Amino acid sequence: MTTTASSSTTTAKILGHPLNAWYVAAWDHEVTRTPMSRRIANRPVALYRTEEGKAVALADSCWHRLAPLSLGKTVGKDGIQCPYHGIVYNSAGRCVSMPAQETINPSATVPSFPVIERYRFIWIWMGDPTQADPALVPDMGQMDSDEWAGDGQTIHAECNYQLILDNLMDLTHEEFVHSSSIGQEELSESEFITTREGNRVTVTRWMLDIDAPPFWRKNMRDKFPGFEGKVDRWQIIHFEAPSTIRIDVGVAKAGTGAPEGDRSQGVNGYVMNTITPETDRSSHYFWAFMRNYRLESQLITTQLRDGVHGVFGEDERMLKAQQEAIDANPDYEFYNLNIDSGGMWVRRILESMLEAEDRLHTSA
Amino acid sequence: MAATNIEVWQDATVVRTVVVAKDIVRIELEPELPARAEPGSHIDLLVTMAGQQAKRSYSVVESSQDGSRLVISVLRAPLSRGGSIFMHGLEAGRRLRITQPLQNFPLRVGAGKYILLAGGVGITAILNMAAVLKRLKADYVVVYAGRSRSAMAYLELLQREHGQRLEVHVDDEGTSLKVPELLARADEHTELYMCGPIRLMDAVRREWIERELEFSSLRYETFGNSGWYDPEEFIVRVPKLDLEVTVPPGRSMLEALEDAGAEMMFDCRKGECGLCEVRITELSGRIDHRDVFYSERQKRQSTKMNCCVSRAVTSPTGARADARAGAGPAVVVIEPN
Repeated sequence: MTTTASSSTTTAKILGHPLNAWYVAAWDHEVTRTPMSRRIANRPVALYRTEEGKAVALADSCWHRLAPLSLGKTVGKDGIQCPYHGIVYNSAGRCVSMPAQETINPSATVPSFPVIERYRFIWIWMGDPTQADPALVPDMGQMDSDEWAGDGQTIHAECNYQLILDNLMDLTHEEFVHSSSIGQEELSESEFITTREGNRVTVTRWMLDIDAPPFWRKNMRDKFPGFEGKVDRWQIIHFEAPSTIRIDVGVAKAGTGAPEGDRSQGVNGYVMNTITPETDRSSHYFWAFMRNYRLESQLITTQLRDGVHGVFGEDERMLKAQQEAIDANPDYEFYNLNIDSGGMWVRRILESMLEAEDRLHTSA
Repeated sequence: MAATNIEVWQDATVVRTVVVAKDIVRIELEPELPARAEPGSHIDLLVTMAGQQAKRSYSVVESSQDGSRLVISVLRAPLSRGGSIFMHGLEAGRRLRITQPLQNFPLRVGAGKYILLAGGVGITAILNMAAVLKRLKADYVVVYAGRSRSAMAYLELLQREHGQRLEVHVDDEGTSLKVPELLARADEHTELYMCGPIRLMDAVRREWIERELEFSSLRYETFGNSGWYDPEEFIVRVPKLDLEVTVPPGRSMLEALEDAGAEMMFDCRKGECGLCEVRITELSGRIDHRDVFYSERQKRQSTKMNCCVSRAVTSPTGARADARAGAGPAVVVIEPN
């Protein structure tokens, strides 16, 4: 078997998304007894909870005349009623009540998608339900661990999901996009190591004996009041397919052994990111910043969430502008730099997932 | 991508045909536009009978991963509408018009317990579901009922694949299926998927309701091709259109009316949607309700019928043996919608 250059989509500008995978549909607190609608992987989905509190995801379109079920209301133990002609479906998407007839048409169903509630998120499986293995939910353990505290938000990003993965897999951009908060020139000067194992990719970068940028100086002072001096800074990017990236970040007092594993003289955070394709050119970007120090402080939780919100706003504007430029220049290709190794492994993995679904050349 | 039920008509080539049981032929097709077939899906295809084309539905029994090969199996039923006789005449190399796999009978993943029930050739809709449930290590049982073993397709395959999970009931061996005993094993976590003759499905439906099991957990598919009684020739009169039409055994009442030039309303043509309903103003004989649109009460009342699948028979009891000697064909007088 040989790979020909023409069959590679590794630098496709609009990359398709695997369907046989778990994506975050919503934060746990967003899904309630009042139905909501969200487009996921190009399909409108109605999300609600049953009386017992179980999250449900149905195609957001009534079997009969395709009216959006999300505009209807929840009824009974686990049902949702179409707002137009009153047809009721249960949580499996099966019609349980039809107007003006004594029986129910056996064909009357709407697709129901497997969902799992884990790590403060509602995860959804849009592909073949017989392959929806709960063990495949990407690890976001810091989200609901007793040893970590923090909060996050959702960005509606106007770009293909892959552009966000590219952004997170190479943090060299921080120097230029985030110069006032976390950027510093050592970022693009320091070496990094990329490793790949199965559906996971790790990019590790250490910057030793440097000045802490403003964001990190503040965090150090939260734990070590009045801190001054040089730090050792790390960024360890953990990707898990299809689109979850946890970034282990932090700084410690320089020379206190953090690179060797002793982080006690530092502060550690996890930037939690998971991206859900909305359409081929837009994404739901769920993120949180979790920390493992001063867990009791809601003030720090709020400050970090708002601070990261500001930082990510800079990415959001760049990604939107990038997508617009891509679309405005259909004749131009992507070229790759050495700094793209992490993002390129991600593309390679996504490509093989699409291949396995027989959708590499048909999706997006 | 997700299953769509928007029909994509295309050519398909018959790759091979082989008889797999008495009067059942397995037909392997190569569609022009391959699409994956989910368990429970079917294709529609055009059959030719006496120079006329008609649409028939057949479950996809097996399919290759990419859908480039689809297998259906067809029972030769001389008394049914005639499509099966055409299908049994197919030979390798023949071209047919078919749709991509369509899905009205999806298998839901995650039920506590499954009963897959097949009567006769209804096994064709069940086979793929059984394979998926086995792969998922689900708690399932395949219940397969038939008149005689020689008429039951895929028995060996099922025994090989499902072993202890297969239960076989054979009328001529005295081991007929007893519906109450079967449903005594169903509980609130059970989903039952069935495909078979209407007598079997009616019996299961009645018992299911009696036991107050969750109605939406009873899943079935019908292509409107079986009734309580053998089809007979009967007469339809439509005073409003000044029409009298004879419906032969191999043709539906809807088709016969259309042949005579009546403009009829219809949609599914398999007894599900109720759009082809006509009002019965006079009846000599009895209506053989073959639809799933009416309730038992409405069928007993018989003031209306779904003319796409339901028929009239001569004897008031329905059984031809009970007809008076020399009694003519049944006559039904209707007002169309």
